[in-house]
Order: sequence, then C-alpha cells, then structure tokens
Amino acid sequence: MTQKDPEQSEHVNEASGLGPEHSSGSPLSIHDLTVAYDRRPVLWDVDLDVPAGKLITIVGPNGAGKSTLLKAALGLIPSTSGRIRVFGKPMKQQRSEVAYVPQRESVDWQFPVSALDVVMMGRYGAVGWCRPVGRRHREQALAALDRVGLGDMAARQISQLSGGQQQRVFLARALAQDAQLYLMDEPLASVDAATEQAIIEVLRTLRTEGRTVVVVHHDLQTVEDYFDHVILLNMRVVASGPVSEVFTAEALRQTYGGQLTILSEASERLARSNDVGRS
Amino acid sequence: MNWQLYDTWLVITGALCAMACALPGAQLVLRRRSMMGEAITHAVLPGVVIAFLITSIRDPLVMLLGAVVIGVLTTVLVDFVQRSGRTEIGASMGIVFTTLFALGLVLIRAFADDVVIDPHVVIYGSIELSYLDQTSLFGWSVPRGAVVNGGALLINGLVFLVFHKELKLTAFDESLAAAMGFRPRLVQGILMAMTAATAVAAFETVGSLLVVAMFIVPGATAWMMTDRYGPMLVWTLVLAAATALLGHVAALVVPGWFGFEGMSTAGSMAVMSGVLFAAAWAFSPRHGLIARAVGRRQLSLRIAKEDVLGLLYRHEEGARSGDRPLTAGDLREALSVSRSIAVAALRGVRSAGQVTIESNRLQLTEQGRVAARSLVRTHRLWERFLWERLGLRPDHIHGTADRLEHFTSPAMIEELSAHDEGEDPHGRPIPPAED
Repeated sequence: MTQKDPEQSEHVNEASGLGPEHSSGSPLSIHDLTVAYDRRPVLWDVDLDVPAGKLITIVGPNGAGKSTLLKAALGLIPSTSGRIRVFGKPMKQQRSEVAYVPQRESVDWQFPVSALDVVMMGRYGAVGWCRPVGRRHREQALAALDRVGLGDMAARQISQLSGGQQQRVFLARALAQDAQLYLMDEPLASVDAATEQAIIEVLRTLRTEGRTVVVVHHDLQTVEDYFDHVILLNMRVVASGPVSEVFTAEALRQTYGGQLTILSEASERLARSNDVGRS
Repeated sequence: MNWQLYDTWLVITGALCAMACALPGAQLVLRRRSMMGEAITHAVLPGVVIAFLITSIRDPLVMLLGAVVIGVLTTVLVDFVQRSGRTEIGASMGIVFTTLFALGLVLIRAFADDVVIDPHVVIYGSIELSYLDQTSLFGWSVPRGAVVNGGALLINGLVFLVFHKELKLTAFDESLAAAMGFRPRLVQGILMAMTAATAVAAFETVGSLLVVAMFIVPGATAWMMTDRYGPMLVWTLVLAAATALLGHVAALVVPGWFGFEGMSTAGSMAVMSGVLFAAAWAFSPRHGLIARAVGRRQLSLRIAKEDVLGLLYRHEEGARSGDRPLTAGDLREALSVSRSIAVAALRGVRSAGQVTIESNRLQLTEQGRVAARSLVRTHRLWERFLWERLGLRPDHIHGTADRLEHFTSPAMIEELSAHDEGEDPHGRPIPPAED
C-alpha cells in the first residue's frame, strides 16, 4: 500500500473522470477515502456527502476512525486513496472556508499564551504568511470570546481556565475563523452541563447563519436533541442521514457491535422516544 | 578586578553568542523538544568536517551549509529511528546524535587533525582567545567571534520577527496550523536549520558541550518569569545577555576567593545560566518557590483568622453568665496550627479591630461579631446542605463545612440560603444575614 498525498490523489481521480457523480455544492464531499496506520486500515472506502446548513454528528465506538475522518478530510494525515471536496473544490483552495476544533488534549495548555491569544490564532489564516496581526483581528477575537461568554477571561493564561472554559476558547477560535464549514473533534467531551448547553447554543446560532457544523460526539443519549443529521461510523460508514430516519436501534447495533451496555441504553431510550412520538 | 577592553569584548561576544542560541532554544523548550537542541548541536560536527573535506577550503559559508544540511537530516533521522524501532524519542535522539558526533570526531582525527579544526576547541570553545582573532567591520577592527555570533543573532532575530505568528502557532497547535495551510513541518525545518547554523557559529566561542546550556536554559528560565509568548522571548534575550556578563565577572572574581587562578569563562557562563534558573525557580513572581510559600502562608493565616472569629462567636453563643472568656492560650490550642501562624492570626484580628484583648481575655468587637456571624452562618448553611441535600450524617459534616466555609463566594452563600433558614442539623440557629 503506497501512501499518497491527498492532494495528489485528487488530481489522479479527476483525470480518470470520477468527479461529476458527486454533488459539487456539498460543504464536504468525501469519495472512496481509505486511511491506514501501519498498514492497518482505520477508515475503509468512506463515501460521504454532508448536507449544507445542518448540525451533523459523527458517532461510533472508540477506534472507529471518527477523529481520523476529520483529520483526513483536512489533509492533516496522508490517505491511501480518496477524494475530498469542500463546496466542490479541493481543500487546498478552500482553507479559509473551513474551521477545525481539535481535541482539547492535543495541545499543551501550559503554553505561554492568554485566552485572547489563542482565539486570535483563529484569524492567522486570514492574515496570511509573515504578516502581523492587526487591531481589527484583535477586536474580532474579542467578539468571538464574548460570543462564548468568556469576554472577561481574555487575559487569563490558558492553564488557569477550567476544562469547559478551555473547550469554549477553542470554540471561540473556530468562530474567529469565520468559516462556512466547521469540523469539531469532541467539543463536548468532559464539559459540565452548563458548558454543554452554552456550546450547543453557539452551534445552533451557526446553523441559523447557514453554516455547516460537523461534530464528533460520544454521547448517544443527546444525538436526537442536538443534531439534524447523523453519520454512524465504524471504519466504514454504517449509515448516514437525517437523525429521524437513520438513528435506529438496528443501525446502532451494526455500528457498535458487541458493546452492549451503550447499545441497550440507547435503544431503550429510542424505544421510549418512539412511544412518546406515537402517543 | 582588573577590567579591560579585552573583558568588554569578551562579554559582548559571549552575550551575542548566548542570545543567538537562546532564541531558537526558547522555541525548542516550548515545543518540549529541548533535547533536540542537544542532538542537533552535536550532530552538526560531521557536517562541518565533511563539507570541509569535500571542498577542501575552510570557507565558513560552506561549513555552515554542511551543518545545516546535517542538522535537518538529524531531525529526519531521529523521526525515522523512533518510528521504525521500538525506541522512544529520547533514545532515538541518543542513538542518532552520539553516532554523528563520534563520526565527526573520528573524521577530524583522521583527516583534519590540528590542521584546520582543533577538536579541543570544538568541544570546549575558546572564548578567551576570541579577542586575538580580529576582523574588520565597516572599517573598525572587532573580534571575529563577535561578528559571527552577532550575525547569527541578527538572522535569528529577523526570522523570529518575520515568522512570529507561524512559529507561535505551530509550536502551540500543529494541527490547526496545518489545517490553515501554515506547513508546520516547513516551519519546524526552518527552526532546526536555524538551530544547526547557530550551533556552528557558537562552536568556537563556547564549544559543543556548553552550547546546549546557551540554547535551553535562558528559555526555560524565561518561561518561569512570564505567561506570555512575546515577553518570554524578551526575557530569554535579557537572561542570555546577563548570563554572559555575570559569567565573565564570576570567572574573574570567584577564583580569587578560593586562591586559585583562572577559570573558563564559557564554563562560568553555563554555571551562571544554571544559577539564574535556580533564582527564577525561587523568586519567580507566580511559579516561584517563595511566591508559592508566601501564598500558602497567607492562605493559612486567613483561615486561622477566620477560625479565631468563629471560635469566639461560638463561645459567646454558648456562654452562660459566669463562664470565663477565652484566653489567647485557649485559642492557640483550639486552632491546631503552628504557633507562628496562631500568633500572627491573633495579632491580625486585633489590629483589624475585630477582637480586643484585655488582661489576656479575648472579646469580639461589634465589627468582629458581624464578620464572625457571617462566617458561622456560612458554616451552618453548608452543614444543612450536606445533611439535607446530600444525605450525609450530621456527625460527619462538621469537618467538611469547616473547610468549605473559607472558600464560599457571596453568590454561593445566596444559593445556599435560598432554602429556608432555621437551624443546622445539630439544632443550633443559623444566624441571619446582615441587616
């Protein structure tokens, strides 16, 4: 198996005429994506078309390749095969339309920067190589911090923030990117209930503004409350579609396999909600 | 101390060298790749020698190029060894750089011994001799070492200015940088090339052993002094310059104290950077040992003062006529803190006008009683909460409430008192809020 640069393989596919069959306008269109670590496939033959202007969640068991899917879509890790399109164009041409929220554990929170500094990094892409950050960018970053309710924490060194606040700083940084497509890796992991609500409110506002938000999520209990569209992933895409149609006990069983405790909880809840729907 | 022009130039050369090294070093420290500095500074040696052997001229630019190539190669090799073997990053660096450094020494011995490159100088540096090797700069005669290191500092400074944003972002969050198209691997390559080139420039001044101290220690020290990226870089430069000055002064003065002569300035600079690190560790305003000890003492003092008020209030509450008032000795016993804290706490509440002491009898003033009442109120509100809401047994809650009462914000007191007032689980009244 040879590892190809994702951009290169795109050109190859384009030449072979695979392009037109996928909708060009989708915020994120993935075709035949395969990713392997040490020859062990993590994602296999993934096809996806993400609907525009929706809150979309990716769920699946640990090791299902959820984070890998986001990283491969962004071109952060090499893929064996696959073609990625963002609003019909290669990722390389669309970087300014995409904002990424990595997992909180992926950075060193002792790093000597304030919350505002981190949010300002969201503007770096728009500023471009070797150009200084201006006062305008600073104000945009402050506005983004205000939107997540951390305006008064701007000067705090980031290790002095709580976990939930750190997660919101990351969210504010993504807001500062002012993108059309948001890819978020577990933004609701280990945050308290109030923070979770605050984050969901921000995501809903983004949807109202017509932006598309893709969230890797771990809590099956809240999928129906928070999201419009669900992608069930376990190395392959088990199912993808509107939550009301796709998020079924059967599809969950296929996705989670033997992990029965999570499964039974979720299906119980599904059964209950179906009852409520009927009555 | 007999200070001459020679000493001034020596300090300038040393300071330029230390500052040039400290800039890329600070980035390495932030990336938690400090030992990569060690690896590169050692690994560049064969690069220098091979470049010389191929071109057989001692052109500094050629040697620099050789060093940069092999410096970047080192990072690639370390990555490769780490991924292909079962070695952690430290081990793979150890494998790569010691091999390359040894190869460099072997090559010098075999082909270039004493002719053009002195292995002794490579290892120990020769800052003391740098003044003798003069070159001309804009018509002035200045030590070549100062020009070389000054040039390195100038270039590094420019790179840090031009790539300020890129270096900061890739050091903090590589994946976001990549997602934005900032090429973290390219930026890391620039940093490693800078490290290698700076190391070569610094070799003749401080040698390959001590250069590691110049790279790492100022940045690590600066990180203790500040929580901001820009100020940290400024601190790094200041500390590096201070290292050179203090190091040379120490090299001149200290041997006299112990009755021996001469001390290596480069060695003394490295020692001094360690001393400055220790000083920062002790005195840094936020993370320093002393700052934290003072903070802890202030906290225990505040708690002890609040406990004094609480004890007096409870005593007053339960006292029948004829009971003797509490004495300072009673309180010291009841507080169960060190004597010095207890004494300081008593002095504190007295000078704040909360307690009067007359012939060893302690009495709350009206002002003290108000403070004490609010404290006891918080305590009993907590007891009620722990008992009623959390279902803890009344005889298990006193200790917890005793700790919580000192850390309860007004907002939380309001929350707690939302439930109706009355008595605590032990049947004692919860004092009303201030009227």
